Amino acid sequence: MTVSVVSAAETRPPAASRFEALGPGGSSSPSGPASGPIGSDPARFGLWVLLGSIAMLFIGFTSALVFRRAAADWVPMSAPPLVWVNTAVLALSSVALETARRRLRGVRYEGVQSWISVTGLLGALFVAGQVQAWRQLVAQGVFLSSDPHSAFFYVLTGVHVVHVLAALVWFTTVFVRVRRRAYAPGGDGLALFATFWHFLGGLWAYLLFVLFVL
Amino acid sequence: MTHVAEAQAGHAHDAHNHAPQAFIWKYVFSKDHKVIGVQYYVTAMLMAVVAGLLAMLIRVQIAWPPATQEPQTQQVESLRLSPPPAPIRAATDAAGSVLSKGYGKTAKGYEMKPEFYAMLFTMHGTIMVFFVLSTAPVSGFGNMLIPLQVGARDMAFPFLNGLSFWTFLPGCVVILLSFFVEAGAAAAGWTSYPPLSALKSAVPGSQMGQTLWIIAMVFFIASFTMGGLNFVTTILNLRTKGLSLFRMSTTMWAMFLVAILGLLAFPALIAGSLLLLFDRHFGTSFYLPAGIILSGKVMPNAGGSPLLWQHLFWFLGHPEVYILMLPALGFTSDIIAAFSRKAIFGYKAMIGAMIAISGLSFVVWGHHMFVSGMSPYLGMAFAVGTILIAVPSAVKVFNWLATLWQSRIQFHTAMLWALGVVSLFISGGLSGVWLGQSAVDIHLHDTMFVVAHFHLIMAGAALFGVFGATAFWFPKMFGRTMNETLGKWHFWFTFITYYGTFFPMHYVGISGQMRRVYNPYEYDFLKPVQDINVFITYCALILGLSQVIFFINFFWSAFKGRKAEGNPWNAAGLEWTTPSPPGHGNWPGEIPEVHRWPYDYSVPDAPQDFVLQTDPSPIGALKPGGGH
Amino acid sequence: MSKLQGLLFALATVVLVAVSTYYFVARDWLPELHSDRGAIDVAMWWSLLVTGIVFIATNLLLAYFTWRYSDTPGAKAAYWHDSPKLEISWTAVTAAILLVFLFNALNLWGSLVDPKTIPADAVTIEVTAQQFAWNFRYPGQDGQFGKTDVKLADPEMGNFLGTDTKDPATADDIVTPQGVLLVPEGRTVVLKIRSLDVIHSFFLPNFRVKQDAMPGLTIQTWFKPTKAGKYEIACAEHCGLGHYRMKGTMFVLAADAFQAAMASQEAFDAASGPLTQPTQ
Repeated sequence: MTVSVVSAAETRPPAASRFEALGPGGSSSPSGPASGPIGSDPARFGLWVLLGSIAMLFIGFTSALVFRRAAADWVPMSAPPLVWVNTAVLALSSVALETARRRLRGVRYEGVQSWISVTGLLGALFVAGQVQAWRQLVAQGVFLSSDPHSAFFYVLTGVHVVHVLAALVWFTTVFVRVRRRAYAPGGDGLALFATFWHFLGGLWAYLLFVLFVL
Repeated sequence: MTHVAEAQAGHAHDAHNHAPQAFIWKYVFSKDHKVIGVQYYVTAMLMAVVAGLLAMLIRVQIAWPPATQEPQTQQVESLRLSPPPAPIRAATDAAGSVLSKGYGKTAKGYEMKPEFYAMLFTMHGTIMVFFVLSTAPVSGFGNMLIPLQVGARDMAFPFLNGLSFWTFLPGCVVILLSFFVEAGAAAAGWTSYPPLSALKSAVPGSQMGQTLWIIAMVFFIASFTMGGLNFVTTILNLRTKGLSLFRMSTTMWAMFLVAILGLLAFPALIAGSLLLLFDRHFGTSFYLPAGIILSGKVMPNAGGSPLLWQHLFWFLGHPEVYILMLPALGFTSDIIAAFSRKAIFGYKAMIGAMIAISGLSFVVWGHHMFVSGMSPYLGMAFAVGTILIAVPSAVKVFNWLATLWQSRIQFHTAMLWALGVVSLFISGGLSGVWLGQSAVDIHLHDTMFVVAHFHLIMAGAALFGVFGATAFWFPKMFGRTMNETLGKWHFWFTFITYYGTFFPMHYVGISGQMRRVYNPYEYDFLKPVQDINVFITYCALILGLSQVIFFINFFWSAFKGRKAEGNPWNAAGLEWTTPSPPGHGNWPGEIPEVHRWPYDYSVPDAPQDFVLQTDPSPIGALKPGGGH
Repeated sequence: MSKLQGLLFALATVVLVAVSTYYFVARDWLPELHSDRGAIDVAMWWSLLVTGIVFIATNLLLAYFTWRYSDTPGAKAAYWHDSPKLEISWTAVTAAILLVFLFNALNLWGSLVDPKTIPADAVTIEVTAQQFAWNFRYPGQDGQFGKTDVKLADPEMGNFLGTDTKDPATADDIVTPQGVLLVPEGRTVVLKIRSLDVIHSFFLPNFRVKQDAMPGLTIQTWFKPTKAGKYEIACAEHCGLGHYRMKGTMFVLAADAFQAAMASQEAFDAASGPLTQPTQ
């Protein structure tokens, strides 16, 4: 008879730190104490699962790009210079977010709102910059249909921007909560949003690599 | 920082007391997993009616295409075609006068148009695969059962859950609306292979219809992703005390694996669909190579590859068919255990088999592409996983058989359906061994043999699984039992006609009858098989009609059925410790603690022939050495 | 109630086994084989045998168990739900059988797709699929196909393939009337399959030949016809409205008749003219 790897040996996690209603769709109807090994925070766990799914989306696009590159008509395009500026803007927004987060963890609210505002502004600036980069390309006569590399550029940056816009929608609720001082000082209330935001930054770096280095 | 105090005070149902909810928040925009599950289930049923009717039209056309209306002057007996009998002729004329855009009026009566036929098989497949058979077992039963079987008040993200349904519904609306656009709904097959699906003039459905197909799929996949998030998080994070992963029911394991499959595989179809949208509307060439000449014009595209779509599509498509099938496998084990009063044999092997099937499902997609022109060496690689996936599948059948051995079978309707799943799994699975041999697939690819294979194993298992799960968990969801007599008649009509419809397709497939063909008898070599096609069509028509019994039973019983107690089947799972139906919050008091697996039936020293999952007595699985 | 349903299910299962097995063998479903790809048929027969035995055995067990273990008053089910030995045994046996199938399948496939097996005297024919007809081009006496380039395509002038009329090799290329394919009996035929528009699939039921025609690619497949006659060519990939009527005709001619048909128009017409006998 097989002995199940369970029960006596397993430590029950303490009635888990109930997650605050963070992020969109945050639920506030918990169940009994969680007994799974991934006990702590359903919202955090759910976010990582979502990030996995989003990653698969871009892996799908990447494989399409790699497959397509094999064709004879691949004419590499170079990155419009504005793209590098936008990259810096996105990177700085992550820095601003981390600063805000650190402030919050440091048991005080000073500066949290300012730094989080900077995050949002830089995020919006990134989106605007991307749109501007597209317009520059169009002005140069480089369209979605011009050649495969430009097609992938538009598609990948476009889908990335859609996710950044979704993050900005989330940002508005985060911002409102920061203003209302809904996050407990000393806590890591910004963690969930930060994870998503930094993920999008990392994803952007990956896309640049796939588009212009690979 | 935390609501620990609140949590430890015990979430008695009273803690959730709120003012009575308005109808709209309770039953329409609900966040309660049970309501959402039923919403999905009923919507899927309605979509099934549509897709089923499409199938009836397809079958009548294959048995009696216009060729059969011509005077039969053939000298050779086997090449003479039989005309449709008068009732069918009348029904076709009736259909033609109603569906006037799909039929043309000729001297002999209404005749279906080839573009309509292409739309029929495309939409039958699309609606059945996604909007019915991914929905009812997964979103329907998953939502209904997961919190009940893991011991939670609700899913981890109830708002997201409600949102997922209201994202799914627009998808249904869009796909149904696509029937009514000028050039008709998508008509390139449910697999939407470009260039046929990418070039608007290649087939009428590739105009607006195909675009709406893509939009509907985006809604569907977004909804499924939200659901998948909820499933995985709830199963991993919200299990009640004592419920380790290896004390979960096979149904829960199936839902867990299905959610992971969906989360990892569906994004590929979104990526592929987006690229298809761009090829269709923005002049890109992801899938379109140079040199296409359509309607006398040279297309400006260059460098794309239709194979790219096939890879992206089937990367989803293959795990997708397991998404359809796995829940049925989970339900079947739960139902067989309950109605044979015997623990499922080889529980760990069953779970291992489901995990193996899920894992392997990611590396076999190329078996849909053996003759596509992809590298034959790549084909070899795919054949390996494809043949090997039969091993865990066989293991499941053997374990079910071993469960039945020396059991005590009670043939409630649910049990009949579960046995039907086993039967179909055997039949459909074995033909997969033929098809996985790439050289054999040369002859059988795109023939009715393939249609037989997936209708038996995937559609059949999923459908019978849904019917079984319905019969089994209906009392829990609605507080009433379904009518056993009607249920049994429904089962027998369905079981017999299902086999009558799909098994003979093996034969005509071996004869070479291709799929998706408006009139097979254009070809002399297929004229001799009309008799089989006629037989199949008769069975299909009766199969379709038989479902009326189910609808009557379902809806009548939901309102007027005999009231059910909490555990009408004396089953051992956690969900049977709630009232029928469970109220908001599922358990009126504390959520019980789980002490064993849900399969302690006919335990030797037990007072009854089942021991509830929540029972702490040191018998059965809790006996020293019992190990569950 | 239980006993009756159990009996019914058992009976239904036995009837299923009997009827399905009977029909598998009672009628000749497989189109008569007229090529050198008989190994595919052998693989199918083995598949039928092995899956047939498994089908019969598992279903008979299912039938027996459902009948034998129907609930009766006083009956008690066994509390036995694990046997690592059994699990390992039946997994190992299944895996062993399937590995044999896999090994044979890979070998068979390998032999069918290895271009090194094409004999030197093979006839090469270019097949170009379009909505909704099959086009065939022969390289002629020089054995060379004229170059094609999509940039030279001129559909209005009938130049669908972009044939380079300036290429000397084009001069003796033979393009048969649409849908008419002539091949020699007893010699390997290599088909180079292309498509002008959407995906089609070249299917010869009597020869166990099927190959998708993929736009953008030229895909090779080859076979040796072993019996003269007139055969239907089918399209096996949904390609639009006319998919069902995308029929072609392949004439397998004795070696000298084939040579004659390639050399003279009259011989060609004689060989491919309407024949009185129906197709195989």
